[in-house]
Amino acid sequence: MKYVKPESLEAAATLLAAEAGTSRILAGGTDVLVQLRSELVEPDLIVDIKHLDGLRDIVEENGGFRIGAGVSGAQMGEHAALCAAWPGVVEGAELIGSTQIQGRCTMVGNLCNGSPAADSVPGMVAAGAVARVHGPDGERDVPVKEIPAGPGKTNLGKGEFITSIFLPARPANASDAYLRFIPRTEMDIAVASAGVNLELAEDGTVSAARVAVGAVAPTVRLVPDAGAALVGSKLDDAAIAAMVSAVEAACSPIDDKRGTVEYRTTTAGVLAKRAAHIAYDRAGGAK
Amino acid sequence: MKNLHVTTTINGDAAEFVCEPDETLLDALRNRLGLTGAKEGCGTGDCGACSVTLNGRLVCSCLVLAAEAEGAEVATIEGMADGDQLHPLQRVFIEKAALQCGVCTPGILVAAKALLEKNPDPSESEIRYWLAGNLCRCTGYDKIIRAVQDAAAEMRSA
Ligand SMILES: Cc1cc2nc3c(=O)[nH]c(=O)nc-3n(C[C@H](O)[C@H](O)[C@H](O)COP(=O)(O)OP(=O)(O)OC[C@H]3O[C@@H](n4cnc5c(N)ncnc54)[C@H](O)[C@@H]3O)c2cc1C
Ligand code: FES
Ligand code: FES
Repeated sequence: MKYVKPESLEAAATLLAAEAGTSRILAGGTDVLVQLRSELVEPDLIVDIKHLDGLRDIVEENGGFRIGAGVSGAQMGEHAALCAAWPGVVEGAELIGSTQIQGRCTMVGNLCNGSPAADSVPGMVAAGAVARVHGPDGERDVPVKEIPAGPGKTNLGKGEFITSIFLPARPANASDAYLRFIPRTEMDIAVASAGVNLELAEDGTVSAARVAVGAVAPTVRLVPDAGAALVGSKLDDAAIAAMVSAVEAACSPIDDKRGTVEYRTTTAGVLAKRAAHIAYDRAGGAK
Repeated sequence: MKNLHVTTTINGDAAEFVCEPDETLLDALRNRLGLTGAKEGCGTGDCGACSVTLNGRLVCSCLVLAAEAEGAEVATIEGMADGDQLHPLQRVFIEKAALQCGVCTPGILVAAKALLEKNPDPSESEIRYWLAGNLCRCTGYDKIIRAVQDAAAEMRSA
């Protein structure tokens, strides 16, 4: 195995593109090192990119936020303006692991590790977050939603990696929330999860809504019908019921010791309902 | 595998070592530098016995590559006492018997110190959440939590 700290993004892309064997980008290492140790993945090349310019920064851009690929969960939680604007995205990232894991884990690592239960991903997908991808052919912007390809797999090409995540500007009456269900109170993998992002009109009616669910399909899923069910409502019972049905219809979970298909499906609907109410209150909605 | 030469700062002192590229910081601390305070409980980030700070952030040293310590500041349990003067957390842990076998203790002390630097007056539930990544098979946690609260109170009045 080779460990390399390249001097530029271009050098990182060149190295990754030229590697014939298995390569891994090293962000916080909280997945990479576990896999290395369990001999699940034995990379020939590890490329550490955290030291490169801007990768550790959270910066305001066009009214939104650009979060570098090396920014840890703990760092996000300490950024007051980011927490105020995107509380749901931050709470997803902050649910990852323990204090020690928080000191290292990144949203990009969480996304690229490709777990269907990754806690920061539903919030990013509901937010309409966009990943900036660097590769041998230069730079491109890709919606976060389109990055996961299946468990452990991404749609990134050979030599490509993510340098930042962009969370767009949002209007005044808007907010988001993320909830997961785990059997313990800390340090566990989501059995089901949901992220909801709402924008409200002056009178408190939902004008735009995005709902994403985790751990109930091979990848985190955006459920457009669930968002559409909330638009025009003040989260009355009928709108919520329609949203829950849409979420349940979008679930195709696995059946395992952590939860049956029925259990995961029902839980995803319940979490989406609760997250919608939290996002609504945070957005300043009054029913 | 080509060995790497790493120059770093540990507990305020310059240090250097040679390591393999896939070696963890925990292994380098223990096997190359003789700093055996950090323990390996699991090697997979679950137990916190290997806790150290890296550039001021609490981390599991079993999930950090030794090579990543290049140019960084690492703080371990060995740097916690001031000469023979124990840190209040260390002293109160002994006084209140907040340990039995002691395997988890270095990690818990390093983690608790990081908490009190950020929040000098944490509530019981804040302490429990902060230490959720530090497992103890012996004490049942109660004495640990109370020792952290007592040390915090002492440090606030100092
Ligand atoms: C004890 C413990 C508890 C955990 N708890 C949770 C939890 O509650 N919820 C949860 O979702 N996860 C959890 N995890 C998993 C893990 O911490 C997260 O997935 C974390 O976000 C990974 O981020 P990282 O920066 O450490 O990634 P790394 O380990 O550095 O990388 C992960 C993967 O992403 C790739 N990658 C990293 N950066 C980039 C990039 N810039 N471009 C392209 N690919 C990249 C890597 O090559 C690798 O394949 C836990 C892990 C441990 C050890
Ligand atoms: S040995 Fe590092 S967390 Fe257990
Ligand atoms: S005292 Fe034995 S593990 Fe904590």
